[in-house]
Amino acid sequence: MSLLTSPQPADAEPAAAPFLDVRDLRVHFPTEDGIVKSVDGVSFTLEKGSTLGIVGESGSGKSVTSLALLGLHKGTRAQVSGEIRLEGRELVSLPEHDMRALRGRTVSMIFQDPLSALHPYFTVGAQIAEGYRVHHRVSKKEARDRAVEMLKRVGIPQPERRARDYPHQFSGGMRQRAMIAMALVCDPELLIADEPTTALDVTVQAQILDLIRDLQEEFGSAVVLITHDLGVVADIADDILVMYGGRRIEYGTVHDVLKEPQHPYTWGLLESMPQITGDVERRLNPIAGSPPSLINPPGGCAFHPRCTYKGWVPGGRCATDRPELVPVPGTGRHLAACHLTSETRTEIRGRTAAGAAQ
Amino acid sequence: MRAADEQEHAVSTTQPAGEHLLDVRGLTKHFPIRHGIVFQRQIGAVHAVDGIDFTVAAGQSLGLVGESGCGKSTTGRLVTRLLEPTAGKVVFDGEDITHTPENRMKEARRNLQMIFQDPYSSLNPRHTVGTIVETPMRLNGINPPQGHKKRAQELLETVGLSPEHYNRYPNEFSGGQRQRIGIARALALRPKLIVADEPVSALDVSIQAQIVNLLQDLQREFGIAFVFIAHDLAVVRHFCERVAVMYLGKIVEVADRRTLYTGPRHPYTHALLSAVPEADPDGTRRRERIRLAGDVPSPVDPPSGCRFRTRCWKAQERCAREEPPLVRLAGSTDGHLTACHFPEEPSVAARAEDIVLDPALSASGDSASTSS
Repeated sequence: MSLLTSPQPADAEPAAAPFLDVRDLRVHFPTEDGIVKSVDGVSFTLEKGSTLGIVGESGSGKSVTSLALLGLHKGTRAQVSGEIRLEGRELVSLPEHDMRALRGRTVSMIFQDPLSALHPYFTVGAQIAEGYRVHHRVSKKEARDRAVEMLKRVGIPQPERRARDYPHQFSGGMRQRAMIAMALVCDPELLIADEPTTALDVTVQAQILDLIRDLQEEFGSAVVLITHDLGVVADIADDILVMYGGRRIEYGTVHDVLKEPQHPYTWGLLESMPQITGDVERRLNPIAGSPPSLINPPGGCAFHPRCTYKGWVPGGRCATDRPELVPVPGTGRHLAACHLTSETRTEIRGRTAAGAAQ
Repeated sequence: MRAADEQEHAVSTTQPAGEHLLDVRGLTKHFPIRHGIVFQRQIGAVHAVDGIDFTVAAGQSLGLVGESGCGKSTTGRLVTRLLEPTAGKVVFDGEDITHTPENRMKEARRNLQMIFQDPYSSLNPRHTVGTIVETPMRLNGINPPQGHKKRAQELLETVGLSPEHYNRYPNEFSGGQRQRIGIARALALRPKLIVADEPVSALDVSIQAQIVNLLQDLQREFGIAFVFIAHDLAVVRHFCERVAVMYLGKIVEVADRRTLYTGPRHPYTHALLSAVPEADPDGTRRRERIRLAGDVPSPVDPPSGCRFRTRCWKAQERCAREEPPLVRLAGSTDGHLTACHFPEEPSVAARAEDIVLDPALSASGDSASTSS
């Protein structure tokens, strides 16, 4: 098995199949200019009760991946291939009718912008109750009570009254709570959160992240969290998948990836954002250039045109050979796709650390 | 609590010493809410900015932070006089520009420029980059010795674009490049002060760092003073020597960055700092955890007394009655002003008990406390 879908040790006994197993997922969009390879061979696994953070810049394919998990590319021009196995059930080839039975019930999603994800014409309570009634044979009254109960659980004051309000009567943080209530109304086993806090203020963001974590513990769901903010991931995720140009470039536990990052792109992401406790005199180290084209991605490693360290790899292999995602030597569960050898990486890290200390 | 005697050192809120490039006193902006179709009568007002004082010295950078709706952007627009203040005074470079008529503002704006948040809507799509950068010079009748075109191309180079971009249109550029065009335009008149309103929040992380570095270089090279408005506390800390925290139209705390980020006194500053996620899996455990309940109240009818009291875990009856002045508290350093009756200890280290006010969260983990 060369796909290395998991940061778990490869030699661990092949126990029960993972809860969510994505293998070689590809989502391509044919356009007039050519095929946009938004997601190009992404694999990962996720167990119940744990959280995977998918990180990357705009256009790295993280949102497209999440939509594929929900089967939302069905009926569009997108070409989806690969496998998505949820408890052993294959979702990519599942007909739309069967997917609908799963959507909202087994897999549900929290969208980034709650104002555009909520329907302006229906009350918040009615929208939450609708999802419940689709999947359960209950009366309107019962569904309504369930909606109020969910609103209460996510911390909306006076839930009976607020259930009769329309989305525009809610503030940004409350709308996101209502979205979470809607996503959780059927106790889904897999929850996908696509930038759930990007539109929110920092104090509200902290509340919402804590809420997602609490609810995950309570319901035991698996969570896929998509974000561009490494801080958010560090706070909530167990594993991190770093994407660049539709491909995986680094994959491992939060601790491994943030404490011992291996890929120059991950270094760049970490060094380009100021830290709340960092050294203010240290200059930010931005990643030069801009994200790659997804129609004609650069040959070899997609990151090589922006990479400071490509000169360290002999023979200019970065521009010709695409690096495979392989385990970092000495670890079993931390994968990176880079031609740099681990000795070179240690040397580079040593130099940057020395440079920062001066 | 021992807070009552904390304020005996009520010094005036002015900073000591010298001339200030920008001096803002009691700045207020109320947006009227009108009702009716033909005869519109005012039925209320949005108290966007409600009496704030601050100063910026030449070459200094002041950060304004706070959540959306706290009035930080309005403050930026009042300072550049894109809006006219309801009350208060804005003195820029020794001249009172509070009510200067629009046709005479040109003079002041020569030294007072703005960088906007959204690089997509702040550039005219029908103008070439050259026209955009040259227009401020033409409007102010400035004729650089090398000619407008040459000067514009130099400016483009200064901000890291190529002089060949002169004849292109904004739609040919990425977000980060557009923001550079906006910066070149702001630099065209060699201003003394730039108000930067969320200059990096619309950009990707890797591009944000490029723009922050560029602004820092420009500040060092040309000695430009900045009013830097942002909601990202880490970016503000990186860029600004002094930081003011706003809440519902008021400044609740102002200090130099070291003091503000390591020894804040106002409960809101504590809550704000504790909410910032850190890209270090161990970092969050070392810092205090405070989770507020609910959202910022409406600025149409702000709470009496201290505006933060409705979300504050220390609020007492006095907070509703008296508005706390922005003063130096006993135990604070010079220039560290806080508006609070019952200030916190100056530390951001983890507390014995987390403060979790959110009812949906209080069920979680370790016993949540709601009192101090």
